[in-house]
Amino acid sequence: MAAAAAPQMVTANRLSDGAVVYFTASKGWSENFTDGAVWSDKESADGALSASEEAVKARLVVGPYLFDVAVTEAGPKPTSARERIRADHKPTFEPDTGSWTGPIAD
Amino acid sequence: MYRYDEFDSTIVQERVEQFRGQVARRLAGELTEDQFRPLRLKNGLYLQLHAYMLRIAVPYGVLSSKQVRKLAYIARRYDRGYGHFTTRQNIQFHWPQLPDVPDILQHLAEVEMHAIQTSGNCIRNVTADQFAGVAADEIEDPRIWAEIVRQWSTFHPEFSYLPRKFKIAVTGAPDDRAAVRVHDIGLRIVKNEAGEAGFEVWVGGGLGRTPIIAVRIRKFLPKEHLLSYLEAILRVYNLLGRRDNIYKARIKILVQATGGDKFAAMVEEEWEKIKDGPLHLPQAEIERIHRYFAPPSYETLDHIDPAFETAKLENPEFARWARTNLAKHKVPGYAIVNVALKLEGATPGDASADQMDVLADLADEYSLKEVRVTHHQNIVLPNVRKRDLFALWQRLKSANLATSNLGFISDIIACPGLDYCNLANARSIPVAQRLSRHFSDPRKLDAIGELRLNISGCINACGHHHVGHIGILGVDKQGQEFYQVTLGGSSKDDASLGKIVGASFSEDDIVPAIDTIIETYLANRADKAERFLDYYRRVGMDPFKEALYGPATARRPAAE
Repeated sequence: MAAAAAPQMVTANRLSDGAVVYFTASKGWSENFTDGAVWSDKESADGALSASEEAVKARLVVGPYLFDVAVTEAGPKPTSARERIRADHKPTFEPDTGSWTGPIAD
Repeated sequence: MYRYDEFDSTIVQERVEQFRGQVARRLAGELTEDQFRPLRLKNGLYLQLHAYMLRIAVPYGVLSSKQVRKLAYIARRYDRGYGHFTTRQNIQFHWPQLPDVPDILQHLAEVEMHAIQTSGNCIRNVTADQFAGVAADEIEDPRIWAEIVRQWSTFHPEFSYLPRKFKIAVTGAPDDRAAVRVHDIGLRIVKNEAGEAGFEVWVGGGLGRTPIIAVRIRKFLPKEHLLSYLEAILRVYNLLGRRDNIYKARIKILVQATGGDKFAAMVEEEWEKIKDGPLHLPQAEIERIHRYFAPPSYETLDHIDPAFETAKLENPEFARWARTNLAKHKVPGYAIVNVALKLEGATPGDASADQMDVLADLADEYSLKEVRVTHHQNIVLPNVRKRDLFALWQRLKSANLATSNLGFISDIIACPGLDYCNLANARSIPVAQRLSRHFSDPRKLDAIGELRLNISGCINACGHHHVGHIGILGVDKQGQEFYQVTLGGSSKDDASLGKIVGASFSEDDIVPAIDTIIETYLANRADKAERFLDYYRRVGMDPFKEALYGPATARRPAAE
């Protein structure tokens, strides 16, 4: 018997600025990871991915895809480093964006 | 310095308008992403993890102060206040918005810049020795030839859809600062027995998932035949390079599969047909390009500047910077200044908009308006009078740009990694930041001596880990970041590829592992003159394996 598929979510990048967005239960999109819908079986996940293609046609998002999450008591968590970083919408350190006069934070 | 001619201005301006139309059509739904992607990539626009990324060409790493100021302006107005200098001497902005990109390209066009040849399966932006035209050890200025290659390769119709991307590097000095042996084509200006300058031609080098050192296919190519010879190489590759497998499509795979001698023979056969055709370079044309790079008006100065010597005596910190960050200029009384973008704890290659403005001001005041970008992700002010060095250093210091670590372990090359890049498996920058903090004591740096440490976040090797004396490669193990360590790489004249030391290290263990490697070297080297690379080449991997993993008898076989 095949192993049970991991719960999944649908994500994409917004067309206008490339920002990370998540497909919600109401078939909308949100920048907040926690707003994203979790699909616990392959059939519903594939269905969500198909539904998300409407937003591609509507020029809202680019390249939707499914990714695995682990459902914990605190809510769903991405299982890959890549998706953990995407969910934060920024690098894991503070880029050298501003004036140089202050020390770079640890 | 080189200026655009009327052809360049026209094609760049037309390209901006074309792309403006393409973006408008994409946003209006007239182009799908599949249709738009190749168009945006031809204008250097990628879609990364969190945002778009615009990669801007800096042909052979040369920038004017005016261009640097424009980059600062773009960083502030259209991005997040900083830019990232890359291992191909380019600059990337990591947060542009799609509707703004045509305006950004328009701003760039106003200062003779663009994003052409920074993506796609074409001949990419040509790279060169960052000390071109000013290095004391130079045979001839490679910028002339890099520019001739640029003009020939830009929008070359035959080579716009190569099997894969194609990178050419040129150096004019015996000390290879352009890593020519790890490029698709590496050109070294050499002299023949008659004392004439020409090119030694290396082909089929590269890093990525199949790292290979290039093979020399010609010892000496007369200069007037450069373009016809390059055309012959590209034609053979374009016809025979694999298009069925992206991982086997680079010229290095073709050269290895064919054999260097046979590949060279095929190139020579093709070249014989075209060498005296339209690509034969007339002397007048070579001289015309030479004039673009006529030396600036240098003052007649003594080799030794008393004020510079006194400042070094009075200020040990300045003396250290002068020792580590200056290179020998061909003109007496001048120095080449390396500005390391490798501040402790910062991102290798990043410069804030404010820092870019400072660099532009300093170039105006002290470096005859010129700036260079290095493939080590640092900046060069190529024309500084020795008498100005102390004042320049003070200004750099106040802008956090006077880090004295050039060529040391904390002068790290790092790709953007999983913090930005869609292809990455692991983060590079945080590892570089932690290592730069760990190895921040100047006395420690001096004790370790010359050491190149390069980090890539995936097998595509944008961080050149294969040619670091110590290389770090980020890998993904079931969603966790791990780091594989290689030892013994070099991109110089003694080019070599690093070998994997053993099983990879977790994020927490990678800095201690590098520390162990360094301590093993320090405890066992023959003397202080034996560099890390020399020690590794003498003793091999065993002492490092034992220090990292225990005695061989107690060790489990390495996973990698």
